[in-house]
Amino acid sequence: MHGFLRQTAAIAAKDLRSEIRTKESINAAVSFALVILVLFSFVLDLADPEMLRAMSGGLLWLVFAFAGALILNRSFSRELPNDCLDALVASPVSGAALFLGKAIANFTLLLIVEAVCLPAFGILYNQRWTGHLAWLAAVMLLATWGITVIGTVFSALTVNLRLRELMLPTLIYPMMIPALMAAMKLTTLLISGEAIGGEDWIWFRLLIGFDIIFTSLALALVEVVLVS
Amino acid sequence: MTAVRASAVSKFFGDYPALRAVTLDVAPGTCLSLLGRNGAGKTTLLRILAGLSTPSEGSVELLGKPARNAESRARIGLIGHGIGVYEELSAIENLTLFARVYGLPDPRSAALEWLERTQLDRVKDSYVREFSRGMRQRLAVARAFLHDPALLLLDEPFTSLDDRAIALLQSLLAASLARGATVIMSTHQLREAMELSTHVALLVRGKLAHAGERPAEMLTDPGWLYRTYGES
Repeated sequence: MHGFLRQTAAIAAKDLRSEIRTKESINAAVSFALVILVLFSFVLDLADPEMLRAMSGGLLWLVFAFAGALILNRSFSRELPNDCLDALVASPVSGAALFLGKAIANFTLLLIVEAVCLPAFGILYNQRWTGHLAWLAAVMLLATWGITVIGTVFSALTVNLRLRELMLPTLIYPMMIPALMAAMKLTTLLISGEAIGGEDWIWFRLLIGFDIIFTSLALALVEVVLVS
Repeated sequence: MTAVRASAVSKFFGDYPALRAVTLDVAPGTCLSLLGRNGAGKTTLLRILAGLSTPSEGSVELLGKPARNAESRARIGLIGHGIGVYEELSAIENLTLFARVYGLPDPRSAALEWLERTQLDRVKDSYVREFSRGMRQRLAVARAFLHDPALLLLDEPFTSLDDRAIALLQSLLAASLARGATVIMSTHQLREAMELSTHVALLVRGKLAHAGERPAEMLTDPGWLYRTYGES
């Protein structure tokens, strides 16, 4: 177990260090997310706060999902130059540790994108989003982990495809629908100033279940994906 | 116990048979040169031995365990076609990463030791993207030898090395063989390889045409094996 955690931490630290040096995906993802938010602020009627609140969750999570694809696409493709993936797969790193290390790095980068976008959303759309900050943070952590898990597995699956930039979003968005629906619903609720209650808990439980099921599946299957 | 046992290993890419029922036993302490023309299946066989690819048929055991077993992988050193190090990391960061991955007790010390042994200690903090081709190759050698592997799998290890780097790699391989490690290398550079090889295997269109001790004739005439067992 100690070895597994050490390897996971080494992979996560390596990916984050590489990204901090090159800023290849984080710059693209943050810029893309901000541009989409700005463009929608021109399209939507900012004088209608009710309508804005009603679509806040949908807008934010579509932005996060689209921007996230830019980060997830780079996850395994950054191993292609110099055949670094071969060096890792031939080492004693298990597929699960490699997957988890990469997923942690992607999760951190996606959270950075979200941390930049939320205040921008608040300013551009004149929305107060901090009313239920702790619950909003919980929803964001759960949904972001779900997106990350799906995206990281499919990043491994599509890494050797020539059209991986196109294939990855095509494959991951349908898989993410349950998590995105739950995240959109709960985010809209929380930004509207309402607490999670009654039947809304089903969406929260759905997020937890989604994360558990897909994390378990990914850990079990990623070895098969990496060695063909 | 054999160091490597490949039993009736076949690999198909679609309908194309890259390897056809290759059976090969390699004893510990052997230095086996895997020879063959381009497309003969050398790289495919090395990738299967390294656990990077699964055979379509047959099985592989390394050091008494299945190829994808973590214990056996911890004792393998691999130099493939790529150098297997990250451009955006420094030399010391690359080796420290792999030392951690291999579970070495003091990753930084091991990395520093191998940077010194490969004469890269003066550029240890430089990014790999700033390295010359020869320096990259030496870093790849350091990565492969970092954890004192019991089995070295080397795909064209002498390619694009200068004379100093070839001498360094040969001395490291000789030292590994002296401590009982097993070396399997595919190569077209027969003169460099024959100095170390105790055994040779020849692949012809995915089939093992010959495997055995290195014939004495190959020291003076490296092409002898191709003429004797290969295609005319």
